[in-house]
Amino acid sequence: MATTITIDPITRIEGHMKIEATVENGVVQDARCSGTLFRGFEIILQGRDPRDAQRITQRVCGVCPAIHGTASTLNLDSAFGIADKVPDNGRIMRNLILGANYLQSHILHFYHLTALDYVDVTAVADYSGDDYDMNAVKDFIARGELAPFTPRYEGDYRFDRQTNQVLVKHYLMALEMRRLAHEMLTLFGGKMPHNASVVPGGVTEHPSVDKITGFLWRLNKIRNFIDTIYIPDVINVAKTYPDYFEIGGGPGNFLSYGVFDLDGKNPDYSKRKRLFQQGAVAGLSKLTPLDTDKITESVKHSWYADVEPRHPLKEDTKPEARKTEGYSWIRSPRYGGEVYEVGPLARWVVAYFSGNKQVKNTIDTVTGDLKIQIGALNSVLGRHAARALDAKVVADTMADWVLELKPGEPVCTVYEIPDEAEGMGIVDGPRGALGHWIKIKDKKIERYQLVVPTTWNGSPKDDKEQPGPMEQALLGTRVKDSENPYELVRIARSFDPCLACSVHTISLKGERIASIRVV
Amino acid sequence: MSSKVVEIPAVYIAGSACSGCSVSLLNAINPSIQNLLVDPIVPGKHVSLKFHATIMAGQGEPVIKVLRETAKAKPNGYVLIIDGSIPTGEDGLYCRLGETDGEEVTMKQMASELSRDALAVLAVGTCASFGGIPSGDPNPTGAVSVQDFLKSEGIDKPIINIPGCPPHPDWMIGTIADILINGLPTADKLDEAGRPRAFFGTLIHDNCPRRAFFDAGQFAKNPSEPGCLYQIGCKGPVTYADCPIRLWNNGTNWCIGSGAQCIGCVEPDFHDRLAPMFEKIDEDGLEKFKIKTRS
Repeated sequence: MATTITIDPITRIEGHMKIEATVENGVVQDARCSGTLFRGFEIILQGRDPRDAQRITQRVCGVCPAIHGTASTLNLDSAFGIADKVPDNGRIMRNLILGANYLQSHILHFYHLTALDYVDVTAVADYSGDDYDMNAVKDFIARGELAPFTPRYEGDYRFDRQTNQVLVKHYLMALEMRRLAHEMLTLFGGKMPHNASVVPGGVTEHPSVDKITGFLWRLNKIRNFIDTIYIPDVINVAKTYPDYFEIGGGPGNFLSYGVFDLDGKNPDYSKRKRLFQQGAVAGLSKLTPLDTDKITESVKHSWYADVEPRHPLKEDTKPEARKTEGYSWIRSPRYGGEVYEVGPLARWVVAYFSGNKQVKNTIDTVTGDLKIQIGALNSVLGRHAARALDAKVVADTMADWVLELKPGEPVCTVYEIPDEAEGMGIVDGPRGALGHWIKIKDKKIERYQLVVPTTWNGSPKDDKEQPGPMEQALLGTRVKDSENPYELVRIARSFDPCLACSVHTISLKGERIASIRVV
Repeated sequence: MSSKVVEIPAVYIAGSACSGCSVSLLNAINPSIQNLLVDPIVPGKHVSLKFHATIMAGQGEPVIKVLRETAKAKPNGYVLIIDGSIPTGEDGLYCRLGETDGEEVTMKQMASELSRDALAVLAVGTCASFGGIPSGDPNPTGAVSVQDFLKSEGIDKPIINIPGCPPHPDWMIGTIADILINGLPTADKLDEAGRPRAFFGTLIHDNCPRRAFFDAGQFAKNPSEPGCLYQIGCKGPVTYADCPIRLWNNGTNWCIGSGAQCIGCVEPDFHDRLAPMFEKIDEDGLEKFKIKTRS
């Protein structure tokens, strides 16, 4: 008999999300992901000064504002006709600002959003060492009020007591590391969350020796943490929960817009030279060049009036809250009509098939050490591993970039806002492929559209009834205990969902939202 | 020692938010977020954070039950922290927090329910304090601030606004510590916008390191140029916050420090009446600034 497991809210993610899984004989037969918060950013942007989009779209998400800041400035640069005129200092500081937030986002995700699925904090109750922080946690547990670490799912904490204690210590250390990453960012970005200095044309901050050194030495601490703690901890989880290499596989198609401009000469972002390459890999075999014309969004199972799948620049969203076929406010972006996963794993698969030597050597080493095939990376653990390696490559590379800054040279170029223009900003963020599109009329925003990583990964079924990547990852999963369905939340969290980002396009005008409950 | 610690329950719920306020809270240093979670922040008093969707271990129905159990266990004895504005359109269905017993619970419903029995409500961030970005024209979801929402629900509770997009962690933790040490703030401790004067008492403009350029009439004409940023849209002359003195992210920098205009993110007028962000403030704004500095 089929039963429905509803997990609402999914916590330890960004934002408001719900999962429903229909389980028959212990196996997930159908899965639905829904976002449950709507703000309407694109409606709010209409009619405003185009430059304000850079500030406003950062406020889509407080975990990953730097990537929205990047995508929106690339978008405005292209609309203003200055995409190839950003000075090198500006390009490099943008990379450092974005890269620093990659580090804070990935560290935050593994330790503070994910680890509590695998690590038992209560193991600190009989800690016997003399570490100040650990004894503070021990005192906390002894007082008996365990919130917010309980309630929780029970039944699958596999580490021994001592390893749990070490991992709790790392959780605490990681709080400081992610904070340091924000400090690195603000040396050039002004403040975080929501940085101030990235603008069309470049960056308003000027590099100086003290900022460069301050950045480098914070980075050194974080690099040491990634090498000696973060990556070993991910490997430890992989060895203790090896079955999670076997579940949570997505569609097996991977899309990346590439990220970190290595030069600013090519105004076409889909062909620009980047640290991680642009492209699409279908079925873990063949790389094809990125073609943004192939991006369309289906609304068949979203609460919008039915239209054929359309390119983001041509979308005209009409909500239809009572639509019976709808079960999500997230739309369904597809590439060439097919389901594609985005994120660190996708970025690494695309870079691997693009012949990126650093990525290829790293993947070959890791899969060799863990004695797995590359296909096993299409899994819960594969996503965590890719994210950790992503952090390492970005951190190591930034140590070179920061020394390329040239104090005293230009950081920004001047521009005029055109009367009419179209723009596109595409770039991979910590969570994957992010696109911003703009149409300017009378020097104002006529239309602004975002297609965000979690819109790809968290999308509902499309016009061809193909489930979204996260839904596909849930399908076929064996749930051992329906009261504690930890498999489902571990799969969902491996995508690092960002719901505030994914649901932003709503323009309701008086229709009542139907409360759909499928049993 | 542990027997002397009093547990003060708090619940943190987010409506039309971006998690930026929570992430900013993670940037706290002395005390750190770790201290806030596990240690008595002032001697003998520990804030027991019963619900925070981004931090808590649990999920699903059990955590929604925690919200109600907290309110029931200690009426008028817990602190409600609200992040994000409250979407009131479509009967609150724009933001749903979760489900219990097969019923979806909206932010609107839960904010109302939990406010009634709270000791006090902290509105964290500009969205909760004044409506913020989601309430921007044409306000597609009917998003309102906590104070406007409670008024419309007929709920009379002490509200403290801690605005900022996001707020500085010191503003959030400082306000909590003040309550633990001195009790709820008396009226004179808050300004007319309900903000603690300790953090929002002075104009950015009055403490700005670029103020001398303003007085000398030396203005930047383009982004990244030296000089006062007033002509290219700085809202420092109408914005009350201690950013120039406190600085951000462990003192590394702040908006104007990085050459960027202040966008006035702590103000009730943010972001509609302070737009466009990169254009000089209008005469009304200027007038307001003159009146305030004279008083």
